[in-house]
Amino acid sequence: MRMLIKKGAEANLYLEEWYGRRVIMKRRPPKAYRLSELDTAIRTQRTLHEPQLMHRAKEAGVPTPTILMVDVIDTNIIMEYVNGKQVKQILNDLSPSERLRLCRHIGVLIGRLHNSGIIHGDLTTSNMILTSADKVFFVDFGLGEFSKELEIQGVDLHLMKRALQSTHYRYAKECFEAVSEGYAEVVGKENAKNVLEKVQEIEKRGRYIAERKEAEA
Amino acid sequence: MSPKRGIKNASYCLGIESTADDFSVGILSFDGRVHANIINAFMPEKGGIHPREAARHHAEVAGKVIEEAFAKARIKPSDVEVIAFSQGPGLGPCLRTGATAARALASYLQVLLVGVNHSIAHIEIGKLITGARDPATLYVSGGNTIVSAFDAGRYRVFGETLDIAVGNCLDVFAREAGLRQSPGMPFGAVVEKLASQGKTFIPLPFSIKGMDLSFSGLLTAAVELLRKKKHRLEDICYSLQEVAFSMLTEVTERALAHTEKAEVVLTGGVGANKRLQSMIKVIADEHNARFSVVPTEFAIDNGAMIAWTGILAYKHGITVPIEKSVVKLKWRIDEVHVPWALQETE
Repeated sequence: MRMLIKKGAEANLYLEEWYGRRVIMKRRPPKAYRLSELDTAIRTQRTLHEPQLMHRAKEAGVPTPTILMVDVIDTNIIMEYVNGKQVKQILNDLSPSERLRLCRHIGVLIGRLHNSGIIHGDLTTSNMILTSADKVFFVDFGLGEFSKELEIQGVDLHLMKRALQSTHYRYAKECFEAVSEGYAEVVGKENAKNVLEKVQEIEKRGRYIAERKEAEA
Repeated sequence: MSPKRGIKNASYCLGIESTADDFSVGILSFDGRVHANIINAFMPEKGGIHPREAARHHAEVAGKVIEEAFAKARIKPSDVEVIAFSQGPGLGPCLRTGATAARALASYLQVLLVGVNHSIAHIEIGKLITGARDPATLYVSGGNTIVSAFDAGRYRVFGETLDIAVGNCLDVFAREAGLRQSPGMPFGAVVEKLASQGKTFIPLPFSIKGMDLSFSGLLTAAVELLRKKKHRLEDICYSLQEVAFSMLTEVTERALAHTEKAEVVLTGGVGANKRLQSMIKVIADEHNARFSVVPTEFAIDNGAMIAWTGILAYKHGITVPIEKSVVKLKWRIDEVHVPWALQETE
């Protein structure tokens, strides 16, 4: 039994049964347009890199799915299926105080990643899973990297802000403020201020013109 | 000033392109027929494009190119209803030279002026020439590397270079390798020819950051390989192309998967590369999208694209008063509201 649950540009996610367990298999299929040597090198590197990021995230105190197997030959990763709900699905329906508490906690987790030099690379509420044990798991480190650069941390947090604005626009402002609070609690006021200033600078660059217009309005 | 308009049988727009090394004038009628597209390239003997030298070239040839365009189109200056010029992004002195010529013409002919975004013009002429209606566009040249698609009133950027353009990467590499370019055989084509004789792949840094690309590390590593003198030049060209184009293809595929557009258009000077074309075609096929390559005359910087985009804007009442027609060196594609494309897709 194998079910495709997400088809991306460089990896596909399957839900499957593996030795009696429900697992997620992330597979990076060969790309026909690439030279085979290059294709193999890229898929192998990414398949190795992603579990490393996830492991370091655990060390930093951020729950991530348990890696069950890494297969560099077939370039797939088998990991624990985290039973819970995507934050994206529930955030809008929470009570105001619950919502802010959750956002604050997400900010704490992002702060822990950044403190440990981990960049998630795709911080959206669909990549966060809230379990019944009230833990938030971060998933999909496929675009992640190791870095402590201010600019890259700023881009990371900016993606979070953008995700809130597009999916949870009614509460985006207060939610991001709560994320920022939680973040500052972990990285320190001074660091948080620098990163948040970077976020504003990124917004003002041409690319995110929609936000710029909103900010001006 | 009381501009003349709407009194002639056919309406024409004259477009001036001068963002970088080419000075070009195009004349189109409002129905989208190309009547002239004269391109005069500045090709320095040595080194890259010096903005002021290129601007001097543009100033020298401007009169001649405009005359040629009128002769080719077989129309009189008084037949022109609107003048368009590339207002940015580009090299300051070059942009200003084109803008000056455009202002002078508009003022002399007493017609309105349209300032066109150069990158959008590449997309619009690509759509006109290939018949694509709402594509994801990969625009790759010496100055730009942008993956874009239309959404909610603008061309959105789904990936772009964080440092140098892919064409710049190939050009600088070619110069470092001591290669020579000639009219009709630019550096990109020289590298492509050598790459076709490459056999051994040498690993080079593959740098994708989120949706964006970086080519400066790749260039440095490729130049380093030249210095080591351990590999055949053909193999380095081959490896450089394979890595650079695989990066472009991955980002284009991500945009295609995200936007679910049914068409892919490849444009810009680098789009002439057969290997890049074949790679983009593979992903277009996989996503059931129609793939087209813009023919070189309309893929490199050209006046026709400026004239056509000028027409689209003018028809929507978008013009610029001469006193406000300052050039915009870093004018981004997603800053521009494009009401004409909105009509197409909605």
